[in-house]
Amino acid sequence: MLKINNLHVKLEEEDKQILKGVDLEVPAGKVHAIMGPNGSGKSTLSYVLSGRDGYEVTAGDATLDGEELLDMEPEERAAAGLFLAFQYPVEIPGVGNMTFLRTAVNAQRKARGEEEMSAADFLKFVRAKAKDLKIDADMLKRPVNVGFSGGEKKRNEILQMAMLEPKMCILDETDSGLDVDAMKLVSEGVNALRDEGRSFLVITHYQRLLDHIKPDVVHIMAAGRIVKSGGPELALEVEHNGYADILAEIDA
Amino acid sequence: MSTAVKMQAALISADARPASGAWLADARADAASRLAAMGLPTRRDEYWKWTRPDSLISAVADTAEVLDYEGEEPLFSDVDRLKVVFVDGVFSAEESDALEGEGLEIERLADAAAKDIHWAKDLYGVLETRGQTPVNRPIAVHNTAMATDGVVIRVTGALSRPVSLVYRHEDANSDAILHSVIRLEDGAELTLLENGPAAARFSSVLEVDVAKGAAFHHVRAQGRDHDRQAITHVFARVDAEATFKSFTVTVNGKLTRNECVIDIVGDNAVAHIAGAALGDGAEHEFHHDDTVFITHDAVACESRQVFKKVLKNGAKGVFQGKILVKPDAQKTDGYQKSQSLLLDDDASFQAKPELEIYADDVICSHGSTTGAIDEEALFYLRSRGVPTPIATDLLVLAFLADAIEEIEDEDIAADVTGRLDAWLARRRG
Repeated sequence: MLKINNLHVKLEEEDKQILKGVDLEVPAGKVHAIMGPNGSGKSTLSYVLSGRDGYEVTAGDATLDGEELLDMEPEERAAAGLFLAFQYPVEIPGVGNMTFLRTAVNAQRKARGEEEMSAADFLKFVRAKAKDLKIDADMLKRPVNVGFSGGEKKRNEILQMAMLEPKMCILDETDSGLDVDAMKLVSEGVNALRDEGRSFLVITHYQRLLDHIKPDVVHIMAAGRIVKSGGPELALEVEHNGYADILAEIDA
Repeated sequence: MSTAVKMQAALISADARPASGAWLADARADAASRLAAMGLPTRRDEYWKWTRPDSLISAVADTAEVLDYEGEEPLFSDVDRLKVVFVDGVFSAEESDALEGEGLEIERLADAAAKDIHWAKDLYGVLETRGQTPVNRPIAVHNTAMATDGVVIRVTGALSRPVSLVYRHEDANSDAILHSVIRLEDGAELTLLENGPAAARFSSVLEVDVAKGAAFHHVRAQGRDHDRQAITHVFARVDAEATFKSFTVTVNGKLTRNECVIDIVGDNAVAHIAGAALGDGAEHEFHHDDTVFITHDAVACESRQVFKKVLKNGAKGVFQGKILVKPDAQKTDGYQKSQSLLLDDDASFQAKPELEIYADDVICSHGSTTGAIDEEALFYLRSRGVPTPIATDLLVLAFLADAIEEIEDEDIAADVTGRLDAWLARRRG
């Protein structure tokens, strides 16, 4: 599904290399997690994959189902099936959540040559998905993320994911700012989307999210590279011993 | 002789002014002599620093081609209303409804003018004259002297059916001058709708007297004909417990200057004035100027100014807004917001927000900003698959939303938003 090959990325504005050769492959239907200390480049990886400005790819590439991702505009990546659940979802005053969702769903359908969804069908669709995530009518009416609590923002991200039905989902520290109940709700939302044809890349600091969203593979990222990969037990090891042991082991 | 001087000379001669009965002839003669003393605006005037008055006061109006609206239903078509239609400033009896209604006296200015005495005498040119200090507004004075028609409205009840002034434009060289006076008696209610380009050049004065406990709602849409020019003045007097709300949407137009002068004279009154303007200077000039002066001269009154402009490709925006709080106007709550969204480096916005406060127990503030599209929000939308042009337009409408929210009637507000959306969509192609 997602293949990242020797990806090198620096900041556009300054001479600072963030990613220094990331190699990663997430097969279809699998959940991979990336853990790592602050500043290891986890979020940068998610931004570069989704096409945010401000980064320059100096070497390597990334493909989604064989398609070269890094040449595409952000909206083309989305239409190709990539979805990034933001660590800090953006507030957009004046744009109703419902308008936003309908515009996004129909824009992607159009880009894929599918018919746009009628207003009535859309309403049915969004209500069903929102109910699963305990998102009420009021949250759908309000402007995108404006005045939402941390938990509401993250649930809204998962609602978008559920509506857009992407094949490759990247979750960037979705657990940050969530209490236990909200984390459970969000995780259930994600788990409900797990599917043979859909892959996940879950970026997190902490093992606790991975108790709810069980990964197939865990990668440790440090200093701009994947330094170690393993099964779910690797996350537990980090939880107990921190990153220091792993990093020392690699340096040795 | 310069154009301006020629114009003044012509005005002083009574022959040049429209024929009318005694009361109006007096008001016109008074305006003519006031204008002669005041002179027409020049580019050296501080109040005209950012908007050139030349084409508004030239002897002959610049040509403005009539826009083909391609069968689009005009705004307010779905609203149950009393329609008064002017074509290039000339009243159209066949397109207008009968000028009558319960709780309402309405007639054309031209008809009222024929009478020797009329209640409108206490209003016509009176609020305009009051609005001449501390800043001269000579084009309004010119309008008082020269207006050929308009409507004269007195409301005694709470009207549910709006009065709708429709300004059609058919002649590419028309030069229309209309002047309307409206008196809302104690507790009366009126919604006034205005829409259309009116003429190649349009001078409009609206004098509105809102008596105690009355409510006046005004929604105006200025036509999209690219080269049309408009200089409009609204003069309002707002008495105790009364409400005055005015919203204007402007899309296209070579030159528009909307002046609004509001005197709040009674306690606990509310006055809101808002505007949304959208201009693209790519193929046609766009210059839009909102000039507002609100005077608080009573206790515990609220005023709001909410002006939003979206500009690109050399389009120009101007805002001059002032709140004057007189010494006895304690507990005044005044807020002024003027924001522009510049979609490229060629567009420009000039703003002069002013507060002049002589009372000590007031809340008054202003916020004037100029900004570009929020890149974070744009990326967020794009990351969900929304192409850049559509995402940009969503953000443009979002930016305009709080001005549009000033429209009281939700259906009309939705219609205005829909039209703006359609305008944006046409530009996306």
